[in-house]
Amino acid sequence: MTLPPVDSNREHQLSDKPPLRDDTRFAAGKIAVFQYVTVIIFLFLISGFWRLQVQNPEFYGERAQQNSIKSMPIPGPRGRILDRDGRVIVDNHSSFSLLLARESAKDEHLRPIAQGLDLDYGDLLARVQRVRKQPKYVTVTIKDELSPADLAFVDSHHDFFPELVLIQTPRRLYPQNGTLAHVIGYTGEISEQELDAPEFAKYNQGDVVGKFGIEKQYNDTLMGVDGQRQVVVDNRGTVRRTLAIKKAVEGKDLQLTIDLDVQTVAELAMGAKNGSVVALDPRSGEVLAMVSRPTFDPNKFAVRIKTKDWREIADNPEHPMLNRAIQAELAPGSTFKPIVALAGLETGTIDDKWTTRCSGGVALYGRYQRCWEKRGHGTQSLHGGIVHSCDVYFYTLGAKLGIDNLAFYGDLAGFGQITGIDLPHEKSGLMPSEKWKLRTQRTKWYAGETPSVAIGQGALTVTPLQLARAIGGLAVGGKWYQPHMVKKALDQVKVAEWALHPEYVKDVVSGMYGVVNEGGTGVRAALPNLDVCGKTGTAQLASNDYLKASGAGKDMQDNAWFVGFAPRDNPEIVVVALFEHGAHGQFAAAIVRDVIKAHFDKKNRLTQWQQDQTRTVAALGLGLPGGAAAVAPPH
Amino acid sequence: MRLWGWACREALQPWRHPTKHMTKYLSPRDIDWTVLLIVLLICGVGVLQIYSATRGTDSPSAWWKQIIYVAGGLFLMWLLMAIDYHSILHYVPVLYIGSVAALVLTYAIGETGYGSKRWIPMGFGVHLQVSEFVKLVIILLVARYLTELRTDELEIREMLKLAGLVLVPTVLVMKQPDLGTSLTYLAVLVAGAFLAGLRWKYVAAIAIITVVVLPISWQFLNEYQKGRIVSFMDPERDPQGKGYQLIQSQIAVGSGGMFGKGVTKGTQTQLRFLPVSYKDFIFSAFAEEHGFVGVTILLSLYFVLVMRIVQNAHTAPDRVGMYLCMGVAALLLFHILVNVGMVAGLMPVTGIPLPFMSFGGSSIWTFFLALGLVNNVRLRRFVN
Repeated sequence: MTLPPVDSNREHQLSDKPPLRDDTRFAAGKIAVFQYVTVIIFLFLISGFWRLQVQNPEFYGERAQQNSIKSMPIPGPRGRILDRDGRVIVDNHSSFSLLLARESAKDEHLRPIAQGLDLDYGDLLARVQRVRKQPKYVTVTIKDELSPADLAFVDSHHDFFPELVLIQTPRRLYPQNGTLAHVIGYTGEISEQELDAPEFAKYNQGDVVGKFGIEKQYNDTLMGVDGQRQVVVDNRGTVRRTLAIKKAVEGKDLQLTIDLDVQTVAELAMGAKNGSVVALDPRSGEVLAMVSRPTFDPNKFAVRIKTKDWREIADNPEHPMLNRAIQAELAPGSTFKPIVALAGLETGTIDDKWTTRCSGGVALYGRYQRCWEKRGHGTQSLHGGIVHSCDVYFYTLGAKLGIDNLAFYGDLAGFGQITGIDLPHEKSGLMPSEKWKLRTQRTKWYAGETPSVAIGQGALTVTPLQLARAIGGLAVGGKWYQPHMVKKALDQVKVAEWALHPEYVKDVVSGMYGVVNEGGTGVRAALPNLDVCGKTGTAQLASNDYLKASGAGKDMQDNAWFVGFAPRDNPEIVVVALFEHGAHGQFAAAIVRDVIKAHFDKKNRLTQWQQDQTRTVAALGLGLPGGAAAVAPPH
Repeated sequence: MRLWGWACREALQPWRHPTKHMTKYLSPRDIDWTVLLIVLLICGVGVLQIYSATRGTDSPSAWWKQIIYVAGGLFLMWLLMAIDYHSILHYVPVLYIGSVAALVLTYAIGETGYGSKRWIPMGFGVHLQVSEFVKLVIILLVARYLTELRTDELEIREMLKLAGLVLVPTVLVMKQPDLGTSLTYLAVLVAGAFLAGLRWKYVAAIAIITVVVLPISWQFLNEYQKGRIVSFMDPERDPQGKGYQLIQSQIAVGSGGMFGKGVTKGTQTQLRFLPVSYKDFIFSAFAEEHGFVGVTILLSLYFVLVMRIVQNAHTAPDRVGMYLCMGVAALLLFHILVNVGMVAGLMPVTGIPLPFMSFGGSSIWTFFLALGLVNNVRLRRFVN
C-alpha cells in the first residue's frame, strides 16, 4: 500500500504545493499563551478548593454531619390508665405503621396500594398531594395499625412497591364498644394550632398528645419523654453505627376512681339509649362510673382518623362526642324538688307538718299551674309531696320561698357552676336568680316565674354530674365533695360545707326513701335488703301546648331523670341516670337500680371472700405468708 | 540488566515500513520519564482512592481491576511508541471512518448505563466505550489536517472543513447522550485551530455565532442536560434531585478542610452520599479524605504533567508532532478543568472522567495511548 507522503520534508522540491514550512517555532507564542491559560486554569481550580476547604470547612463539615448523623426517636410510651382496683383500662400495644418514601414512589402505584391495604384511594391521593411541595425525603404515613393481612401484603409486594416502609410504634389500645370513651378520651398527633398555643410550647411537631378526656387533662403525667438514638446512616438511610443513646422515659400510670364493675353494669344498663349515668361516692367525690350515650370508638382516633370515620362522628345529629355527664345542660325536672324541700325547711318557711291541697293544679300569680297528676293528690305534707312528686305542693312552696331562697340553696348544692371535675370542657348549667335575669336579660324577675323553677323547669339547667353531687352532698348532711376521676387523698379533695339541720335532712331523705319504697314514683329502683332512696324527674323540653300544636314525636318527648343513693343512712353511692326522651323518670330508675346493685353485690362478694379467708386461716392455725396477702380478691 | 536494556531498546525499534527513513536507534533514555513517573503516581493515588471509595460496596474489586487497566495501559503506550507517528497519521482516514462507524454501531447496539448509550459489549463482561478512543482519532485528525495546510494562518474555509469533520463524531456522541465527551472533541479542535493561527477576526466571529447559536442549541439539549446546567446555576433549587450531586460533592470537598479526614474516613465517600465516588467524582472523594493539602499536591502533579507535555510540543521535530503533543495537552487540560471544576462546584456536572484516576478501562487506556503519542514524538525529536 502506498500512502500519501505526510512528512515530505525532503520531497517538497518535487511537489507543486508551496514548500512545507515545518519549523515548529511559528507556534511558540501561541504555546506560551496556552501555558498561561494552563496556569490560570489551575489557579482557578485551586481557588475553588480554597473557598470550600480553607474558608468554609465548618459550614460544609456541619452539612456532612447533618447528612450522616441522624437522631432517631425512641418512643417513650404513655402511662397506662387503671381503674380503682388497679385493673388496666387503657394499655399500649406495639403496632406497625406504613410510610411512603416519596423518593421512590410512583403515582401509578397508589391505586393498587390503596386496594391492597383497603384504603380509600381519594384519601391516599389527597394525603400524598398535600406534601407535594415539600422535599422528597419527607415521608407520608399511609396507614397505622397494620393488620396481619396488611403486613402480608407489604411483605409480598416488597419488590413491586419499594416505596413502602414499615416502622414500629407504640399505640394506645382503648376499651371496645366505646366503653368509657368520653372519660378517657383519645390521643392524636399534635396539630399546627396546638403547637402555636403557649401551653403546648414544650411539645414538638409529631408528638402524640391527649386530645380529649383524661388523656388531655392528664397529658403531662401520662406522656413519656422520647429518647433519642444518634446514629450514622448512609445515603439509603441504613444505620451503620450508633453513636449515643438517650433513654426514653416512660409516662406514669394513672389510677382512676372508676370502678370497672360498676362502670360495666352502667354501660349495659344504658344499652342503646341516649343519655348519661354518673355514679359518685358522696363521701369523697370519687366518680365510680360515668357513661355518656351515644358513644364513639376512640381506637379510630388512635393517631390519625380516617376522613370517613370523622365525618360519621362529627356529622351525627346526636353528637356522640358530647360527654353528656358533664356537658348536657338540661332541666332537672322533679329531681330538683329535694333541694327545694330542704330550702323550705332550712329557711323556716315551712315545717314537715305544713300541707297544701292538690286538686290537679293551682292558680298562682294569675296563672293556673297544672300538676302532672290531673286528678290531684289531695292534701299533701312534705313527705307526701316528695313521694308523689306533687307539683302543686312545690309550686306553692316555691312561691312562698321566692327566687332568692331557691337560688341560694341551688348555689349551695352547686348548680349554675362547674363542679371542677378533672375533665376538660365541663359545662356549668344555670341556676336562675334575680341577678342573673337582670344581668343577661335586663329585666327584673317576675314572681310568676318562680313556681316553674321550683319543679325543676324554667331557666334551670343542670348536668348529670352536678345533680349527683348536689343530691349526694345533701344525703351525707351538707358536705359537697368535688367530684374527681383520679384517686387522691380525702384531705386533698375540695369540699363545700354547710351546716344543715340533721332533722331537716332526715325529713327530705325519708321522702326520697318513700319515692322508692312506699309506692312513690320510683318503685322501679327498689332493691331487696337495701334502703335505696331516690327521686324521679320528668323534664319537659317544651310546653304541653306547644307539643299538642306541633305534634312532635320522640324528639320532643320528656327527658327521664332519676337520682338515687343507698343506703339511707351514711350513703356510699349516689347515681344519676339521664334517659333522653325517656318519657318518664321511672324508666331511668331501673338504670340507677342496676348500678347500685352492682356496687353492693361487689361489696358483699368482697366481704364474703374476706370472711372465708379469715375462716381458712383460723382453721389451719396459720398466718398467711406475706406474698399471699397480695392475692387479688375475685371481682 | 544488560539484557533488560537491550530488550527495551529492541522493543522500541520501529516496525518495518516502506516509508521508514530513520536510521537512528531509539533509546528508552529518551522516553519522558518525568511524565511517566507523575502519571504512575497519579494512578497510584487513583487506585488507593478507588480502594477507599469502594470498600464495602458491591464492587470491592475495582481497585484490582484498575491496576490491571493501568498495566494494560502501559503496554499499549509502549506499543504506540514503537510505531512512528508519521506512519500512524497515514491511517487517519481509515481511523476516522472506523470511529464514525463504531459510534453509529454504539448508537445501534450500545448498552445503556447512567442514562446514556455509551458502551459496546465485547463479550466476557467487557464493555468498550468507543467515544473515549475517538478522542485520539480527533487529535490525529486535527494534527494531520492542520499540518497539510502548509500555512501559518488558518483560513476560515479550511477551519470550517475541519470543524465539519470533527462535528460528525461530536454530534454522534452528543446523541448518546454524552455531552462531556463530545465537548472534549471540540476542545481539541479549538486548541488546534488556535495554534494553527486562526485570525482574531474569525475568533471574534465564531464567538458571536456561538452566542447567537447557544440559545438555539439549548433546544437541542436533553432534559437531563438542561437540568444539569440549571442546577449548576442554582443547586439548592432541587437539593434531592438534580442539584444532589453538585451539593454532595461540595459538602465532601468542603468538609475535608485543610488536612482531610484521612484515608477511608471520609463520611461523604464511605456512606455513599457522594455519587460515583470512584469514577467521575473521585477527585471529590480524594479532596474529602486528603484535604486542601492533598488537593494542592495532586493538582500540582497534574500541572507539571500538562506543562511537560507542552514542553514536548516545543521540542517536537516537526509541526505534526507539535500538534499531536498540544492536542494531548489540550485534551488533558480540558478534562482536568471540567472534572475538577465540577467537583469544586465551579463547572456544571458533565460526566467526564479525571485522567489516570477515575475507574474505567477505556478512559485509562485512552490516556495512556495519548501518552504514547507524546513519547512517540519525543523519541524522534533528534531525527534530523
